[in-house]
Amino acid sequence: MLKLLQTTGQTASVGLSYLGQLASLLRDLVCSPFIGKVRCHLIGRQIVSIGFGSQLVVIVTGAFTGAVFAAQSYFKFNDFGIESAVGAVVSIAMCRELGPVLTALMVSGRVGASMAAEIGTMKVTEQIDALRVMGVHPVDYLVLPRAVGLLFSMPLLVAESIGFGILASRIMCVHGFHIPEAWYSHHVRAHTDLYDISIGMIKGFVFAGLIVLVSCHQGLTASNGAVGVGKGTTSAVVIASLAVLIFNFFLSLLLNQLSPLGSG
Amino acid sequence: MESPDKTERQPCAENGEMVIEVKGLKKKIGSQVILDGVDLSIRRGETMVIIGQSGEGKSVLLKHLVGLMTPDEGSIKIDGEEIVGVPERRMSAIRKKIGVLFQDGALFDSMTVAENVAFPLQESGIKKRQELLERVTHALSLMGLEAHMAKMPINISGGMRKRAALARAIITQPECILYDEPTSGLDPVVSDSIDRLILRMQKELCVTSIVVTHDMRSVQHVADRVAYLKKGKIYFLGTPEELRNSTDQVVQNFIQGVSENGNGSNSGVSNGVGLTPVSPQPN
Ligand SMILES: Nc1ncnc2c1ncn2[C@@H]1O[C@H](COP(=O)(O)OP(=O)(O)OP(=O)(O)O)[C@@H](O)[C@H]1O
Ligand SMILES: [Mg+2]
Repeated sequence: MLKLLQTTGQTASVGLSYLGQLASLLRDLVCSPFIGKVRCHLIGRQIVSIGFGSQLVVIVTGAFTGAVFAAQSYFKFNDFGIESAVGAVVSIAMCRELGPVLTALMVSGRVGASMAAEIGTMKVTEQIDALRVMGVHPVDYLVLPRAVGLLFSMPLLVAESIGFGILASRIMCVHGFHIPEAWYSHHVRAHTDLYDISIGMIKGFVFAGLIVLVSCHQGLTASNGAVGVGKGTTSAVVIASLAVLIFNFFLSLLLNQLSPLGSG
Repeated sequence: MESPDKTERQPCAENGEMVIEVKGLKKKIGSQVILDGVDLSIRRGETMVIIGQSGEGKSVLLKHLVGLMTPDEGSIKIDGEEIVGVPERRMSAIRKKIGVLFQDGALFDSMTVAENVAFPLQESGIKKRQELLERVTHALSLMGLEAHMAKMPINISGGMRKRAALARAIITQPECILYDEPTSGLDPVVSDSIDRLILRMQKELCVTSIVVTHDMRSVQHVADRVAYLKKGKIYFLGTPEELRNSTDQVVQNFIQGVSENGNGSNSGVSNGVGLTPVSPQPN
C-alpha cells in the first residue's frame, strides 16, 4: 500500500516536473523574439524544410483518408439512400478532425522526430554547449526558428490535406460511385464553410506548438549518447502524438462550444 | 590575429589583477563527488595549466568557469562579477569575453569548417563577406587548414577538427581562452606550433589562458603556473619549475607517469591518454 502510494507520488512528481520543464521552455520561447535575437535566414530555412518537405506526406495522407472515408460512408449511406450526403460528411470530418489530426500525427513523425534527433545530437556532442559559450541562446538559435517555421507551415499543411481529402472523396464519389457531381458539390458547399476550415487550421496551429515544444524539449534534454538521442526521438514522437490526440478532444469541445456543428 | 586593433588591452602590465577567481567550488554528479572545494585564482594575462589524471574533473572545472555547469557550492568570479546563478541570457555578455576549445572540438556538424570558424564573428555582428572571409582564411591558415575550408567537420581528421575548433575559439580574439587539451591527438610538430600560438596570443594580446593538458612538454613550454587537480581539489599549485622540482611523491609520480599501483580508484588509467612521461630535467 505504502509502495503503491510511493510509486504514484513519484510518477506524479515526474509528470509535474516534465510539465514544468515544458512550461519553462515555452516561456523562453515566447520571450525569445523580444529579448533574444531573431535569425530570419534560419526561419526561412525551416519553413522550406518543414513546409515544402512535408508536402508529399501531407497530400498522400489527406487524399487517401478522404478517399477511404468517402468509400466507407458511401457503403453505409447507400443502405439508407442518402449517399449524396457523403460529401458533406467527408468535408466536415476532414476539416474539423481528420485533416488537422492526421496531418499533425504525420508531421510529428516526420518533423518532430528530426527536431528531437538533430537537437539531441547537438546536445550530446557538446555543440549546444559550444553555442552557449559563444553567447548564443539555444532557444533563440534552435527552437525559435523551428517553432516559427512549424507554426507558420502547419495551418497551411492542414488546409492542403483537407483540400486533397475533399478532392479525393469527390473523385471517389463522382467517378467511382456515380453520384452526380452537382449534388456532391451542393452538399459540400451547403455544409462546410470557411469557419470549418479555420477550425482545422486553428487546431493545426495548436498542434504545431505542441510538436515543437515536446520535440525540442526532448532534444535539449538528451543525454547518454546515441542511445539517449534514440530514446529522446522516440519519446518525442510518442508524447507529441498522444498530446495531439488528447488536445484534439478538448479543443473540439471548446471550438464546438463556440460554433456548434449544424448551426454554423 | 596579430592586428591589435581594439586595444584598451595593453601588452600585459604585470598588475596581478585577478580575472578569474574560484572559491570553494563543489560539484557532485549523481553520487560521484567530482569537485570537492576547488580554489583557484588566475591573473590577467597569465597562462594557467591544469593537469590531473583522466577523469579527475578538469573538463568539468572548465565547464564551470563558463557557466555551462552549475556548482553545488562555491563561487566563481570573472572580472569581479559573480557568475554562479546568473541567468543564461545575462551570461552571454560575460561569455563573449571568453573563448573555449572543447575537448572533442564540438564543431557544428551541419556547417563547413569555414562556416564554423566564421560563426562567432557573424554572431558578434560582422556581416561583410570580405572581412569574414579574410579573417577566417587567416585563422585557418594559422592552423594549416586553409585547404580544407569547404569540408564538413565529419570529413576531416581528428587532429584537423581540433585545430579547426581552436581557430573558432580564438577568432574573436577573446580576453580569456580556455583550452581543453589543445594538443591531444596532434603530432609533435603541430603541438609545438599550437604551444607557440598560445604563447604568442599571451604576449601580443595579453590573453589569459587556461590550458588543460596531459602533455608535460607543453606544460613546461606555455605555463606560467601549473595547478594539479587531484581528488577534487587543487593538490599542487606553482610554477613549472616548482612542479619539476617538487619533492612530493604524488606529484613526481604524476609528471613521470608512474602509476600508483593499487592506490586509489584510478589506478592503471593514469597513463591512459597521451600522457608523455617526462624525465625530470635537472637544471
Ligand atoms: N554529464 C556527466 N554525467 C555524469 N558524470 C559526469 C558527467 N560529466 C563528467 N562526469 C564525470 O566526472 C568525472 C570527471 O570528468 P572530466 O571529463 O572532467 O574528466 P577529465 O579530468 O577532463 O578527464 P580527461 O583528462 O580524460 O579529459 C568523470 O568521472 C566523469 O565520469
Ligand atoms: Mg577532459
